[in-house]
Amino acid sequence: MEQQYIDLYKQHHESIKKHSTGVMNDLRDDAFALFEKLHFPTVALENYKYSDLKAGLSIDYGVNINRIPIPVNPYEVFTCDVPGIHSYLYFVVNDAFYPVKDIRNNSLPEGVIIGSVNQVAETHPELVKQYFGKLSSKKEDGLIAFNGAFAQDGFFMYVPKNVVLDKPVQLVNIMRSDVDFMANSHNLIILEEGAKAQLLVCDHTVDDVRFLSNRVTEVFVSENATYEHYKLENMHVKTTNLATLLIDQQASSNVLANVITLHNGQTRNMVEIDLDGEHCETLLCGMVIGDKNQQVDNFTSIIHNKPNCHSRELFKYVLDDMAKGGFTGKLYVAKDAQKTAAFQTNRNILLSKTAKMRTKPQLEIYADDVKCSHGATIGQLDESAKFYMQARGISGEEARLLLMFAFTNDVIENIRIPALQDRIKLLVEKRLRGELSKCEGCVICQ
Amino acid sequence: MLEIKNLHANINGKEILKGLNLVVRPGEIHAIMGPNGAGKSTLASVLTGNQAFEVTKGDVTFYGKNLLELSPEDRSREGIFLSFQYPVEIPGVSMVNFMRTALNEHRKYKNLEPLSATDFLRTMREKKELVEMDNKLANRSVNEGFSGGEKKRNEIFQMAMLDPRLSILDETDSGLDIDALRIVANGVNKLKTADNASIVITHYQRLLDYIVPDFVHVLYDGRIVKSGGKELALELEERGYDWIKQEVDGK
Amino acid sequence: MSEDILDQLTQSDYKYGFTTDIETDIIPIGLSEDVVRIISAKKNEPEWMLEFRLKAYRHWLTMEMPSWAHLEIPKIDFQSIAYYAAPRKNAPQSLDEVDPELLKTFNKLGISMEEQKMLSGMAVDVVMDSISVKTTFKESLAEKGIIFCSFSEAVEHHPDLVQKYMGSVVPYADNFFATLNCAVFSDGSFVYIPKGVRCPMELSTYFRINAINTGQFERTLIIADEDSYVSYLEGCTAPMRDENQLHAAIVEIIAMKNAEVKYSTVQNWYPGDKNGVGGIYNFVTKRGICKGDSSKISWTQVETGSAVTWKYPSCILLGDNSSAEFYSVAVTNHHQQADTGTKMLHIGKNTSSHILSKGISAGKSQNSYRGLVKINPKAENARNYSQCDSLLLGDKCGAHTFPYMEVDNDTAIVEHEATTSKINEDQIFYCNQRGISTEDAVGLIVNGYAKEVLNQLPMEFAVEAQKLLQITLEGSVG
Repeated sequence: MEQQYIDLYKQHHESIKKHSTGVMNDLRDDAFALFEKLHFPTVALENYKYSDLKAGLSIDYGVNINRIPIPVNPYEVFTCDVPGIHSYLYFVVNDAFYPVKDIRNNSLPEGVIIGSVNQVAETHPELVKQYFGKLSSKKEDGLIAFNGAFAQDGFFMYVPKNVVLDKPVQLVNIMRSDVDFMANSHNLIILEEGAKAQLLVCDHTVDDVRFLSNRVTEVFVSENATYEHYKLENMHVKTTNLATLLIDQQASSNVLANVITLHNGQTRNMVEIDLDGEHCETLLCGMVIGDKNQQVDNFTSIIHNKPNCHSRELFKYVLDDMAKGGFTGKLYVAKDAQKTAAFQTNRNILLSKTAKMRTKPQLEIYADDVKCSHGATIGQLDESAKFYMQARGISGEEARLLLMFAFTNDVIENIRIPALQDRIKLLVEKRLRGELSKCEGCVICQ
Repeated sequence: MLEIKNLHANINGKEILKGLNLVVRPGEIHAIMGPNGAGKSTLASVLTGNQAFEVTKGDVTFYGKNLLELSPEDRSREGIFLSFQYPVEIPGVSMVNFMRTALNEHRKYKNLEPLSATDFLRTMREKKELVEMDNKLANRSVNEGFSGGEKKRNEIFQMAMLDPRLSILDETDSGLDIDALRIVANGVNKLKTADNASIVITHYQRLLDYIVPDFVHVLYDGRIVKSGGKELALELEERGYDWIKQEVDGK
Repeated sequence: MSEDILDQLTQSDYKYGFTTDIETDIIPIGLSEDVVRIISAKKNEPEWMLEFRLKAYRHWLTMEMPSWAHLEIPKIDFQSIAYYAAPRKNAPQSLDEVDPELLKTFNKLGISMEEQKMLSGMAVDVVMDSISVKTTFKESLAEKGIIFCSFSEAVEHHPDLVQKYMGSVVPYADNFFATLNCAVFSDGSFVYIPKGVRCPMELSTYFRINAINTGQFERTLIIADEDSYVSYLEGCTAPMRDENQLHAAIVEIIAMKNAEVKYSTVQNWYPGDKNGVGGIYNFVTKRGICKGDSSKISWTQVETGSAVTWKYPSCILLGDNSSAEFYSVAVTNHHQQADTGTKMLHIGKNTSSHILSKGISAGKSQNSYRGLVKINPKAENARNYSQCDSLLLGDKCGAHTFPYMEVDNDTAIVEHEATTSKINEDQIFYCNQRGISTEDAVGLIVNGYAKEVLNQLPMEFAVEAQKLLQITLEGSVG
């Protein structure tokens, strides 16, 4: 399959470029050359040890390099209602920003720009040029390189200095196609000094075909800015979802990233947060509820390049049936990053004989005045707690649910949008009760 | 024995001691009282050589030696003992090993032979009784898993072992119930001789019911603003510190 | 703490860095099939042993040196090493026949065999360069049916046992360095404890590299038959030389039903000087198998030496109810690099493993823990608890932790905790205030920090290990 993409690029790179923008095209050939060198990653690579992408990458997906509009009304096929959430709402269908004006979005604070990378590259070329690819082009990674070669557009958000977004921005990604389909997109998010924004990314599939989504998101958080990134994945079992999130933090900035997988086929989240200024605060959380043949690998790195930063990482997995979980948490403290405080926790519960968990927490520390720790466990629910509940008259099954819910709760508590927190609590509960054994609003998974 | 002249000290660039003067002679007990943040604990840290503090001005002599030039361990070997407000836990290091190392370092400094294991253990046994310390505590790691009271008793036990010329008790009463307070104070009193001296740093008067000071000093804003006899402590207990603050700030 | 103390303290010398002038029988440097044949011939080996070596050698030619560890190793020229060096006066029958120079060496090492005999009732096998020189107490052990001899003797006198177990835990194709060892190993120790026998004394081997440009490739095979027990100690030293010397050993342990094996190492190969010149490259494959039900293997290591350490004493928990332990203190200073840890493979039911690793880095050294805990699908009720702590002394060193946990059974409980922090200034000040110098305070604190591991060592070793920790770290606090 790989050769097919290489040929495709060689033959049609002009078309790919024609339907994209200069800033993206500038990096395209280099990205392609890098991909030719690196290839699609395999489990032989240490970074992909727990992500076997062979099956997902060997499907003959269609690509839409000529960007033929796909007929869809996202409002009809998808209603991502978070009751009570007031948000600025945007859609991306496959990899195309959906050009519908939503009345709710008219009240965006002045100076905030939200749109597609291609559009904004025309209206604000310098702004896009200054940031685009600054993080991704340095990465020696086959999937990111592939994205660099094939992505033609993506979501764009800019929040100017000291502007605070009063409501979260909600970005709904919808995968829709009549044939097996691959989408590559590259998102760019910029927060200027002192800006504040929350982004909620919801990933959904609506058609009964096989999808591959390969998305790269770059986020630049300037001094004193505050950024929250929530990714909620609710996709069907035929999806291969590859999401790279690269965040750069400047001094005294604050970032919360929360990556939640409720339903999926195969997912690999790569999250890398670089702390490039002093006094940064970082909280990276995630949660996976997996059953059937689902596979989730969260590959995360927090890189402390500067002194006096504080990071925390918390990931929880509940795996049933044949589900397979992978977690890598790399905590890197550079030579001069003194007074770093960094703590990481990964806890996992296996509910069936055939579920598998692989975890690889890592500390790589080159500064001496640090306080770092990680803890990882793989185990079961606390039987004594279950018995205690039963002794109080709670049924065994209910006690099990309560304990699983409690287990995931500290990740949910780190959602700082109350309406979203309530919604996710409900979804998790439904998921744990087996009422959400397929992604909501979708009839594909059995 | 101790003479402090116009002592100024900073931590992280912030001046805490702003010209402190104090003279301590053998056989005396000095109480230093004062509101929170006055610089009481800073004084203890500076006298023992904690490098977190920077001395910017002034002189401190101890039996004629310039104390500020000495390393923390040499100050200890010269006979200055600090009972820490928050004794530090050192996991895995037994009290016996710790104390033997310390005591033998002191002896080496005085050109004495190291104590034999038997002599050392005997001394240790004797001194433990002084503070009614449990035998088991001595076999545990330094301060690890000790309760607040046990830690403070352990400090006084170490003081007994090292037999200092000047002991500084930094808030030794904080976190102690009345029984523990009595035990600690008894220990201090028993160790009292005509040749040694104590500086008792405390926020409250109650410790001074047990350890009766010859002088009471009020430390406020980095200086000793008032000195008197033990009755001053009682007055402070009754009236609080506000009148002192007003007196000082009013000037 | 001041830079002065740091400088002053990092000057401490390697006290085992002497060479011994004894006649040595060295074959020419370089590696080829002929060299493998010469080694085998010199040792009068049977045909099957030569075949084993050649099979390994041929496989080795197809392999590449692994690069996954967190180590920077200059390219090693395997053709510039002598693969066999033996003190020429061979196989003495009593202490009187041992080369007096060699005896002096042992005395310098603090392992005067006579003294050892008297004081600790310990049986000692000494491997100098490549050859096993002397095994004490052989006769008294033999009365109990215990075999403790050099590997060569075992090949000669106990070929059945060697053939049956050699390579059964570490196969000849296991990894680059193990395969090299299989091809060129010269000697080592062999232990067999018969059914129901508790070995009455500690068995001990001292390894010493002496000859210049020599690689040392010893292998140790320990077989503990049903219901037996043995505690085995290994010590290592080498002289100071400017060039790096290669050491690639294999240790295999087999524990049958209800057997228990304790294996303790104090590794003090020459670490190189403070500028990183010289030192031993130590690539060791150590693995035990808990073959029978309720068997137990325990690894304890104190790693203070070597320029490069690449070592993962591991356990295969095959028998039901078997258990394994790994206790490690690894100290690195100056330019030393260590990548060490363990692998625990749980296969049997109700198996348990415990990992306790304490890393201490100083100077410009890099110290990594790397460990794998794998629970197979059929390993019901497996338990693992791992704790890996790192202590940093000075801001130019690195401390890293790379644990892997792979669990395929839902009844397993696997826990891992790791912390990294610098040495606590408050603790040092507290010691200072009691009159203890900073240098001594660091020694006290580090020994306290490593105590849980040191407690696992037999008494004689524990004292030596404590001293070593102190010497290795002298003055490394910044």
